[in-house]
Amino acid sequence: MKKKHFAIGISAIGIASLALTACSSGDTGAASEEARGPITIWYSNNAQEVQWGQATVDAWNAEHPDEQVKGQEIPAGKSGVEVIGAAIVAGTTPCLVFNNLPAATGQFQKQGGLVDLSSFPDGDSYIEARSGAASADQYRSADGDFYQLPWKSNPVMIFYNKDLFAKAGLDPENPNLSTYDEFLDSARAIVSSGVAPYAIYPSPTSEFFQPNFDFLPLYAAETGTSIIEDEVATIDSQAGLDVAEFWRTIYAEDLAGKEPAQADSFANGQSAMAIVGPWAIPVYEGKVNWGSVPVPTKDGTAPEQTYTFPDAKSVGMYTSCKNQGTAWDFLKFATSVEQDGKLLEATGQMPIRAGLSTEYASYFEEHPAYVAFASQSERTVDDPTGPNTIATLQTLRDFYTKAVISGEGDLQAELSQAADDLTAEWTRK
Amino acid sequence: MSSSSIHAAAAAGATRRPAQPDAHGTRRRRLRKVLGPHPLGWLFSAPFLVFIAAIFAYPLGFAIYISFHDYFFTAPGVVVDQPFVGFDNYVRVFTDPKVLQSLGNIAIFVLINVPLTVVLSLVLAAALNSVVRFRTFLRVSYYVPYVTASVAVVGVWLFLFSGNGLVNQILGPLAPEPSWLSNASLAMPTIAFFVTWKELGFYILLYLAALQNVPKDLYEAAAMDGAGKVRSFFTVTVPGVRPATVLVLLLSTITGANLFTEPYLLTSGGGPNGASASPVLVMYQEGIEQGHPGYASAIGIVLVIAVLLIAFLQYRFAGGKER
Repeated sequence: MKKKHFAIGISAIGIASLALTACSSGDTGAASEEARGPITIWYSNNAQEVQWGQATVDAWNAEHPDEQVKGQEIPAGKSGVEVIGAAIVAGTTPCLVFNNLPAATGQFQKQGGLVDLSSFPDGDSYIEARSGAASADQYRSADGDFYQLPWKSNPVMIFYNKDLFAKAGLDPENPNLSTYDEFLDSARAIVSSGVAPYAIYPSPTSEFFQPNFDFLPLYAAETGTSIIEDEVATIDSQAGLDVAEFWRTIYAEDLAGKEPAQADSFANGQSAMAIVGPWAIPVYEGKVNWGSVPVPTKDGTAPEQTYTFPDAKSVGMYTSCKNQGTAWDFLKFATSVEQDGKLLEATGQMPIRAGLSTEYASYFEEHPAYVAFASQSERTVDDPTGPNTIATLQTLRDFYTKAVISGEGDLQAELSQAADDLTAEWTRK
Repeated sequence: MSSSSIHAAAAAGATRRPAQPDAHGTRRRRLRKVLGPHPLGWLFSAPFLVFIAAIFAYPLGFAIYISFHDYFFTAPGVVVDQPFVGFDNYVRVFTDPKVLQSLGNIAIFVLINVPLTVVLSLVLAAALNSVVRFRTFLRVSYYVPYVTASVAVVGVWLFLFSGNGLVNQILGPLAPEPSWLSNASLAMPTIAFFVTWKELGFYILLYLAALQNVPKDLYEAAAMDGAGKVRSFFTVTVPGVRPATVLVLLLSTITGANLFTEPYLLTSGGGPNGASASPVLVMYQEGIEQGHPGYASAIGIVLVIAVLLIAFLQYRFAGGKER
């Protein structure tokens, strides 16, 4: 009898489960590219971007009483990718998010979460005119359309501590950091002189986005190309090997820390160099007497020809948005020459805009520290855009932590294997 | 009532309804057969059944479903092809070096954490049970790490076990190189010690409760037979708290199998080189970060089966007469 009741209970639960499963999809209603009305946007929660976001929303709302915009900070979560991904599934995304990670765009697109911006009559032309066709192209999806508007970048460069360089007997104004050999010699001088425990301290942790701040900037500088071209990984090359060998030497000689730093190692003098974007300028102001140079290449490259990783953020329009006409108009308003100027003024981050240095010449005259970053923002290589970008980056990170940071195995063999794994992950269905 | 009168009554009834059985009565009998003698009981247990269905059965059933599909989460109303892939995801689970490494890592964790938890919590509970002074203070002290948020406690351990941390400063030249949490051989054992320390207070409470049920007469009898404190501990206390031991074994094994926060925070994503990655961390990376929930679910189902198997073996071999 007990067994029978148990079976009935299990059956009831099973039926209820199936019923619930059947109810798992819904409909958010029709949306139109022409529809206008109130919309909601999310922006990043750092103080400068909140200030810019609120000012932009206020400026729009003053002129558009019938199409009011509600600005909110992106909800707290482990990461923006998770928050947005969950919101897509729940159908609770706002119309626009001014904090999209380009690496996650392909995934959001696959989920059916993003509006194809190219479907707006002036979609492609606006994005290409603002960012420049060549720069914008790397943010196109595989189908050739834009599901994101490339918005702003923080192109990474080498920051160095002038005081520590001087103490180590290195030229603080024109440091030899252009080639791998020069960089390694300088790094050895810093550590051997005892002025800092480490020469540089990129995060050695295993998150998928960490390659963006060690392997990829140098790979971009060495090749000017993405790690994926025509569906195939490109890292199994002399350039890939050189970059990996460079970092492996750094770790093998203890010129960089192998355990996660508990604080900002550049700010507290634990390392004499850092790989950072222009966001770091106000952060280190008054704390570190710093200088900046482009990331090194094997044989040295002129700064005006050196590429790097842009650490960019894009804007995505989400399919849950009912008033997409207003959203598109607001997106163009928020990325206009005027608002881009205000973004630059408020945050020091570089709008992905063609002719940035000339457009805001007065700003860069007043803020010379940002000039190098403005120039650098014109030569960047971002993560490839596809549904498996994050998985591909994680595979790259796994190779890096094993073969480069831990120094395990034959580097060439590991690199070849990693390239195969990257291709398999990129094309994974 | 005699048997003859029963037969007579039955015959009379048969005479009144010779060919047509009582449909209403039959239905009632069938209903009673299905619902049991107290149908109202179902009404009272309905909230819990609904809870179980919605919170446990549905997610589990859904996880099994998507583990057999090339599944990914979509926006509402978006129709996409999510084909049935048979056992492909399961085959991948058993051939993916990352998953296999994480299973190996968790085996190391369980081998250190579970015995250590059982032994330490039992010994400390027995000691606390006999302590007279500072009893409340000591009980609270052991319980504090358990009720403190992992994030906060992880911060303390990072301070203790980093390269320049307090532990290495005390150890001096004996400090491991690379340091604890960035050492491929020591990362997982360090996490196992951390979890043991953090969870100990809860298991001590379980044992303390169990110790109250061990009859005092047994200790007196053992003492009369000449048993010392150690002998009493092994011959009276340990068998006396066997049900609690089974519970501690099961709970600590399940805790180990579900390990996520510690490798996520303490070793920043399962490092170094995947040496502290747990299956749940890999599930998180695959299912949440990388958009492969079908594969993540397959890892989860394998994990559930493995935990059930281990739990069964523990129950079978440690449960003793309590079965």
